[in-house]
Amino acid sequence: MRNEIRFLLGHEMRSLRSVDPTMTVLDYLRQDERLVGTKEGCNEGDCGACTVVLARLVDGGLRYEAVNACIQFVGTLDGCQLLTVEHLVGEDGSLHPVQQAMVDCHGSQCGFCTPGFVMSLFALTRHSETVPDDGVIDDVFAGNLCRCTGYAPIVRAAGQAYELKPRQDHIAAREAETIAALGRLADTETVAVGDGERRFFAPATADALAELFEANPEATIVAGSTDVGLWVTKEMRRLDTVIYLGRIAELARIEEGADGIEIGAGINYTEAMATLARHYPDMGEVIRRLGSVQIRNAGTIGGNVANGSPIGDSPPLLIAAGAMLHLRRGDARRSMPIEDFFLDYGKQDRAPGEFVEKIVVPYPAGGTRFRAYKIAKRFDQDISAVLAAFQLWLDGDEIKEARVAFGGMAATPKRAPAVEARLAGSPWNEDTVQAAMAALEQDFTPITDWRASADYRLRVSQNLLMRCYVETTDATQDTRLVGDRSLAHV
Amino acid sequence: MSDTIIGAVREPRRHDSGHKHVSGQAVYIDDLPEPVGLLHVYLGISTEAHARVTRIDLDPVRAAEGVALVLAAADIPGENDISPTHRHDEPVFATDLVEYAGQPIFAVAARTRDLARRAARLAIVEYEPLEPVLSVEAAKKTGKMVTEPLVLSRGDAAAALQQADRRLSGRMEIGGQDHFYLEGQIAMALPGEDDEVTVISSTQHPTEIQRMVAHVLGAPANAVTVEVRRMGGAFGGKETQGNLFAVVAAMVAKKTGRAAKARPDRDDDMIITGKRHDFLVDYDVGFDDDGRIDAVEMTFAARCGWSSDLSGPVTDRSLFHADNCYFYPNVRLTSEPLKTNTVSNTAFRGFGGPQGMLGGERLIEEIAFATGKDPLEIRKRNLYGGGDRSLTPYHQPVEDNIALEIIEQLEESSGYWRRREEIGAYNRESRVLKRGIALTPVKFGISFTATQYNQAGALVHVYTDGSIHLNHGGTEMGQGLYTKVAQVVAEEFQVDIDRVKITSTTTGKVPNTSATAASSGSDMNGMAAQAAARAIKERLIDFAAENWGVPREQILFLPGRVRVGNQEVAFSELTLKAYNARVQLSSTGFYKTPKIHWDRDTGRGRPFYYFAYGAACTEATVDVLSGEYRFDRVDILHDVGNSLNPALDMGQIEGGFVQGMGWLTMEELWWDEKGALRTHAPSTYKIPACGDRPRVFNVEILQNGQNREDTIYRSKAVGEPPLMLGISALHAISDAVASVADHRICPRLDPPATPERVLMTVERLRAASREGAS
Ligand SMILES: Cc1cc2nc3c(=O)[nH]c(=O)nc-3n(C[C@@H](O)[C@@H](O)[C@H](O)COP(=O)(O)OP(=O)(O)OC[C@H]3O[C@@H](n4cnc5c(N)ncnc54)[C@H](O)[C@@H]3O)c2cc1C
Ligand code: FES
Ligand code: FES
Repeated sequence: MRNEIRFLLGHEMRSLRSVDPTMTVLDYLRQDERLVGTKEGCNEGDCGACTVVLARLVDGGLRYEAVNACIQFVGTLDGCQLLTVEHLVGEDGSLHPVQQAMVDCHGSQCGFCTPGFVMSLFALTRHSETVPDDGVIDDVFAGNLCRCTGYAPIVRAAGQAYELKPRQDHIAAREAETIAALGRLADTETVAVGDGERRFFAPATADALAELFEANPEATIVAGSTDVGLWVTKEMRRLDTVIYLGRIAELARIEEGADGIEIGAGINYTEAMATLARHYPDMGEVIRRLGSVQIRNAGTIGGNVANGSPIGDSPPLLIAAGAMLHLRRGDARRSMPIEDFFLDYGKQDRAPGEFVEKIVVPYPAGGTRFRAYKIAKRFDQDISAVLAAFQLWLDGDEIKEARVAFGGMAATPKRAPAVEARLAGSPWNEDTVQAAMAALEQDFTPITDWRASADYRLRVSQNLLMRCYVETTDATQDTRLVGDRSLAHV
Repeated sequence: MSDTIIGAVREPRRHDSGHKHVSGQAVYIDDLPEPVGLLHVYLGISTEAHARVTRIDLDPVRAAEGVALVLAAADIPGENDISPTHRHDEPVFATDLVEYAGQPIFAVAARTRDLARRAARLAIVEYEPLEPVLSVEAAKKTGKMVTEPLVLSRGDAAAALQQADRRLSGRMEIGGQDHFYLEGQIAMALPGEDDEVTVISSTQHPTEIQRMVAHVLGAPANAVTVEVRRMGGAFGGKETQGNLFAVVAAMVAKKTGRAAKARPDRDDDMIITGKRHDFLVDYDVGFDDDGRIDAVEMTFAARCGWSSDLSGPVTDRSLFHADNCYFYPNVRLTSEPLKTNTVSNTAFRGFGGPQGMLGGERLIEEIAFATGKDPLEIRKRNLYGGGDRSLTPYHQPVEDNIALEIIEQLEESSGYWRRREEIGAYNRESRVLKRGIALTPVKFGISFTATQYNQAGALVHVYTDGSIHLNHGGTEMGQGLYTKVAQVVAEEFQVDIDRVKITSTTTGKVPNTSATAASSGSDMNGMAAQAAARAIKERLIDFAAENWGVPREQILFLPGRVRVGNQEVAFSELTLKAYNARVQLSSTGFYKTPKIHWDRDTGRGRPFYYFAYGAACTEATVDVLSGEYRFDRVDILHDVGNSLNPALDMGQIEGGFVQGMGWLTMEELWWDEKGALRTHAPSTYKIPACGDRPRVFNVEILQNGQNREDTIYRSKAVGEPPLMLGISALHAISDAVASVADHRICPRLDPPATPERVLMTVERLRAASREGAS
């Protein structure tokens, strides 16, 4: 056991012993460190004003990730370097290239969103050697809202920043030192801090996790904190025992195994995306639009599934792909088709002390078509009104089998049996599509809320079947407004 | 010696705080060091939209950990009212009646914000529900208004409608909008001696905060000092909506003798404070076969919420802009400022004008479909012209009309007609995606319609080392006002702008100011600062003339220096010499906008000093299976007169367009059946993100622009007008949607055009078109 949390704040070492398990990084920075450059705009991960960058030791190098300080707990900083807008300024007070570019391009007006944009842009410069195209820049800034500028000058600043050699900065100059310092912090001890009654645990191995959780089944597991963080900041829920998964390397893996793609429960969206997209391009496309860079750098598919929300985006994708969910409690393991996990609204087939270990997604068989569509008011960083996922096995023109799943249409992510039945064995033509569209009404009676009316949910779900049909049968038709349009016809 | 100064007017000077914004050094109120013992204040709010309050038990709140004070209506030392228009309809705390879900009932002050927030939830409040009025439509039935309606009329609209060749009528719903300033509402109060208090408030209107705090404390205005250095965005949302937080913080500070800070979280901010008014517009228009308008009747019914706030002037302004750029030979416009049991709506960039203009543009669209002509043709046909086609519905002639010039330039530069052809061809082949294009103009009246607000003050000190201290009544919310006014002062004295220290707006330096609103900030404060600088300059010239014995005409302010006869002295040398000769180096400056007058009772006058113009051409692609859309391109040409600072003006234009586009497309306010706002955070209320800006975003400032009127360096106001360029985005979607019925049916696509609204409109048009065909 190690009873302190250790990290670098900029280049200064910090070790904290008595720390509230759910104190956010944002409150820590603003209140304890009086580093007030990082702003609070929403306290729910949506506006990006609180964006900070974490540098993590990965394979002997540093990986820089923009995250939302408002929904990360201080304990999750263990073993990382935390960089804020203040740290980008040189010791002589000179602005960092990304900061200078923002000034030169008039990228700030009221300036409140600006530190967040600066940090997102800084993180981009660590990932991309040259200025990426506009689509990537849109993705990079999807989690940073600006109400003043209309974004155009900020996008110009991104281009301009690359002219100022942003990668050759004082942070890079001290990287070796940072790597050495973080190397000294790395260990396999279970971290346990708190005041006795309220505790934060961060085990470093899956076995330690299994043991801890079995012993403390009332604990709340935190993976990326993109749901749990909001329970604290928005609902003011008091969580007494928190077990954080972020230090467990075995869980933070995605592998192309014999039976399929094995998604470890601890791997975040950003890291899982490329592998999934390779086999299921549209999964990649949905994940590209899920949350923002900051959310995807933290949030996990495991958490999305475990949370059991009817509007999570990954469950319908995984259901349509026929994924299996693997759970573990102590040394006991079991698995199930992922759709069986979602019992009812707010209710999943998970015992106390049991956690998600991994999700295995079979590779698509030959002749299948996989399509997934996310419908929301806004393309980027918006919870779906409807998420539709289709997998069709085609034999010539005939549909041998169909797996169709929806999010946002019922109390849980759910398959559409009537639609599937109507499709299976039918020719893949417009009449079949029309019939399947009609059948959808037997499968779902969606609700009306602020994201969409019941009518729209139903109508658009039906129409997405048509979109799937057009995409898979007529390569001359444009069907996509965003993302890689060629995916429509793969 | 250099030939030019740094930071002269017309220079695309960067924002004065730019380097601080990017490095985290710009201080917002929540960033200020907290005085020892500071209390955090949180509000307890109503959960009912309309109810009698039968019991309030605040004991559990008082007993909660860390709580120092609980305040309810009975604890208010002065008056329980913060109505900005003095109608006494806006209590700080509700007593026996709550009129919207979110209405403050009490405040709690505690050691930490977290404790205050938790304690606020512990109150026991019991209600006896009353029937709430939750929509404009329901309010129309009750007929209850929060203030007097306005009628503008000219000619005989009723008769002309009867006689018109063609006539059509309809109804349009226009959604509201949350400001979503990134920095939420906040105020910090510091108690002083006797009755004194200093309030640092995120406000566009320090004088109003001062007045309200004094009023609620029962103190004279001179006891209250209000200060603001910068806001993290405002957009009208901090014109009156900061009052509540300021008065509550001030009360806590005075009662406890401790500093107090009130900062709601984002959800409470959005639930408690007012927004852009949503409207229901009924229209009736008569026109001829060429699409030329004969007569217009429109009623603008607005959701004002539970109190009047600024709804009177907001709804007035919607009528002032219902003509946009178009001449209505016979017209009758009526406002209905309706009372509802929802949050009290308030100022928002454009101040009712955008809703008026949308109504006008709907008429154009209807006529275009009815006559089968391109909407752009109808627009051009109906523009204000010379002679007998220049009078507005409020009887002010349009004298500076450049709408046609702007439209024609943009028509050309955007390739409107060529693209219209291409789009038609594309739509014939494309089944799922349909494209549309629209070019819409803007004419926006500049001045407060309440004449008394059109005054401003400034204070300039020159120190003996030649450095300058600048203060004025305008506030900085990101628009760059401080920079522009500093440029004016630098220009007057011919010193580099870094010699001009920009200082926080405070009621202690410049009193009795108006809100920084109505786009008037640089027009008025620039003029006031110029007057102050000129007064000092005059004294310096007098002094130099006497000291060096040269005629006044031979004294010239050159960059960094002053020519006196045939010698040159450094500016700092002159100021030191002047000081030694006991010349006063400090002056106030004052400005009042000339020429304007307005008689609301007769609906006649000249409410506006001048008009600002612009136009935008937007192209959209719509997915007719889902209703999703994207903006492929926008071309904007906007008139800022002779710009004080083209870089800052460009920022207002780009930002205004995207904000307007957001209002009309994805930004949707949604109340549940009980009257609770359910879109109260960025997770549920979606403002445009980076990827939503048009793929091609061409913005140009009108070259060789001039203001006919004698404004500061002949520039024009730019804060609000560009927002209405966003109307072209709505019309572009509408145009794309219309293609599914072969452009035969007017889509009547009401904003916000969410994907849902768009799809439902597509389906309606398809059904109507099938019926029409069979
Ligand atoms: C701004 C924002 C935007 C978002 N956008 C989207 C979106 O577009 N689409 C979407 O689907 N979601 C979205 N989300 C939610 C999404 O990020 C989460 O559902 C995320 O996937 C949860 O993963 P996490 O690792 O953050 O989980 P956490 O928040 O750490 O945990 C979530 C829940 O799962 C439990 N849990 C986590 N891991 C395990 C495990 N291994 N075993 C057992 N239980 C576990 C936790 O105890 C908790 O109950 C958004 C969230 C935010 C804040
Ligand atoms: S404060 Fe808005 S994302 Fe963190
Ligand atoms: S500059 Fe004001 S929100 Fe971005």
